[in-house]
Amino acid sequence: MTMTETAKADPRASGTVDPRASGAKPLVELKDIRIAFGGVQAVDGVSLDLYPGEVVGLLGHNGAGKSTLIKILSGAYKADSGEIRINGEKATINSPRDARRYNIETIYQTLALADNLDAASNLFLGREITTRAGFVDDARQEAETRKIMARLNPNFRKLSEPVSALSGGQRQSVAIARAVYFNARILIMDEPTAALGVHETAMVADLIKELKAQGLGIFLISHDTREMMDLCDRVSVMKNGQLVGTERVEDVTEDDILSMIIMGKNPKREPA
Amino acid sequence: MSNTDSVPNAAPPEGRPADKAPARSFLNQLELDLRLLGMVGAFIAVCVVFNLLTDGRFLTPRNIFNLSIQTVSVAIMATGMVFIIVTRHIDLSVGALLATASAVMAMMQTRWLPDTLGLPLGHAALPWLAILAGLVTGAVIGAFQGWLVGYLTIPAFIVTLGGLLIWRNVGWYITSGQTIGPLDETFQAFGGINGTLGAQWSWIFGLVAAGIAVLALVSARRNKIGHGFPVKPVWAEAVVIGIIVAAILGFVAVLNAYEIPSRVLARDFAARGAEMPEGYSAAYGIPYSVLLLIAVAVVMTVIARKTRLGRYIFATGGNPDAAELSGINTRLLTVKVFSIMGILVAISAVVASARLTNHSNDIGTLDELRVIAAAVIGGTALSGGIGTIYGAILGALIMQSLQSGMAMVGVDAPLQNIVVGTVLVAAVLIDIIYRRRVGGK
Ligand SMILES: Nc1ncnc2c1ncn2[C@@H]1O[C@H](COP(=O)(O)OP(=O)(O)OP(=O)(O)O)[C@@H](O)[C@H]1O
Ligand SMILES: [Mg+2]
Repeated sequence: MTMTETAKADPRASGTVDPRASGAKPLVELKDIRIAFGGVQAVDGVSLDLYPGEVVGLLGHNGAGKSTLIKILSGAYKADSGEIRINGEKATINSPRDARRYNIETIYQTLALADNLDAASNLFLGREITTRAGFVDDARQEAETRKIMARLNPNFRKLSEPVSALSGGQRQSVAIARAVYFNARILIMDEPTAALGVHETAMVADLIKELKAQGLGIFLISHDTREMMDLCDRVSVMKNGQLVGTERVEDVTEDDILSMIIMGKNPKREPA
Repeated sequence: MSNTDSVPNAAPPEGRPADKAPARSFLNQLELDLRLLGMVGAFIAVCVVFNLLTDGRFLTPRNIFNLSIQTVSVAIMATGMVFIIVTRHIDLSVGALLATASAVMAMMQTRWLPDTLGLPLGHAALPWLAILAGLVTGAVIGAFQGWLVGYLTIPAFIVTLGGLLIWRNVGWYITSGQTIGPLDETFQAFGGINGTLGAQWSWIFGLVAAGIAVLALVSARRNKIGHGFPVKPVWAEAVVIGIIVAAILGFVAVLNAYEIPSRVLARDFAARGAEMPEGYSAAYGIPYSVLLLIAVAVVMTVIARKTRLGRYIFATGGNPDAAELSGINTRLLTVKVFSIMGILVAISAVVASARLTNHSNDIGTLDELRVIAAAVIGGTALSGGIGTIYGAILGALIMQSLQSGMAMVGVDAPLQNIVVGTVLVAAVLIDIIYRRRVGGK
């Protein structure tokens, strides 16, 4: 049940081959998604798709609606209207449990860890390994946690302490480990490297490339445009709940993306 | 973010000199829970002080026996209150619910079953059917309150404050306000003095319990070694095992030292139509009610530590949103937690009414406060996510010792309550300071 240990270079991973060109079906299609909180239209008619082996970046100013959009896919919120299709079939995602059933794993911006539990208990929360007698097998959970953490953050040693005793980056590592440990097919990462150091960020970037090579579809949210240009195949920009546009990274420059974020339009497509 | 800073609980990496004072590292190597030590220390201090103040009357086998049976009812409920408070709720209705459960059981065995099924008083099935009815009553009412809290999102404080007023008076209507008794003899055996194991079985129980404890510790150690985790040194393990075995057997020895008064024995012999032999004596041994508490404690501890249910209870208390996002059905969990509380209240109702040998309307009055206080003194944090079963039981024991000790010394009732109230607040303060020192939580 762990992710495959090795992932050698796969042609799809290079980033130059467009996964959509291979004629594959989209893994995820979000169609005209809308949700409002009270008077705030947090997501306003956004449509996105995601192909296997593809990383789609979501960019936008604070409060643009990025987290809200992906929380609809992860089952945390229910859209007011719109449609979610997984593998071309209409999906009903009413709770995080449903999303997990579609092999959707999420790293939330807030990390969503139970502070009073240790790393292993958090990693397996809701999916505990049990012994034959039906009891939680803490020893095995801890051993598995050790294994996966060794790949994500080799300095991580505070396995048996409540995660409240961890640093921001260590907590983030736990959240990442939880999302990648179970065989996800669709991975949602909401600012996964916000609290990480340089080295750990590089390790997460490697991990993203590796998972992509294994054919996962990844939604990545980040404010770091340079990083996004590097990791993503396509980037989508949101502003005030609406989708400004989706571009292949080869077709745009960092400046283009910045103006999409700030001005809400792509200067190349709509010259001033 | 590399973390080369020291990890307080883990064994130091090889090659790094132990840089702590020897006394400290001695305790560290035992890997004992400091909070547990603190509570045991407080309990021992209370016992020693009262023993001095009463010229040795406090720590007699007789008083320890009484202390044990007086603690059981509140302690059983306190274990359930831990789950309630850990999930960030509260239950103010336990005392009132105890009255309803007790009323149902009393009516079952004295009126309803004899009247409807025609079972004569004293029939062997009566007490068990009555207990079953009580347990179902507790579970259903608890689940209902949990449903109001979890699914209708009414705050637990309000639901159970309502329950506090409702269930005591439902109990009143069930019995038309009458005291119902005497209760069935078998039923009374759960009350304490009327049902004990006797010396021989108490020893057998003590030895078996000690054996199981040793096996559990040894197998936990094997398991750790099997997964390559650090374990404490063998001598430290041996010390811990020694303390536990001594505590279990010591408790049995004390209870076995409390002898049944000869007039009671003579009465028993007379009832059987026999003559009591000259110089015959017998000890009470472990009361069934205490066995019940031990069973509850074991089951609740296993639930808390080893089952998914327990894991979800603590996760929900630590971060309800995270629990929900991890796919835990926190609403259903609330129903389960309140239902467990209801079942435990019913078990306590058996013990409490059996001890009194009848059901009266005011049974369990103010128990909600004692139960909450026991859980809180035992280290359960009202902010949720933190609490232990053994802590709650120790909390109940400390409170009961204070109360009986003060009564023995002759402290006025009003002052007794002032002291208990002060202890409650002080215990929480100490806990807060301790947590701040330890850091993190
Ligand atoms: N649970 C909620 N209740 C009410 N309003 C909400 C809620 N969640 C989000 N919003 C509102 O929806 C809008 C979008 O928020 P969202 O968290 O999706 O932004 P974001 O793009 O992720 O921003 P950031 O980059 O700061 O993470 C904001 O105006 C926010 O105030
Ligand atoms: Mg966000």
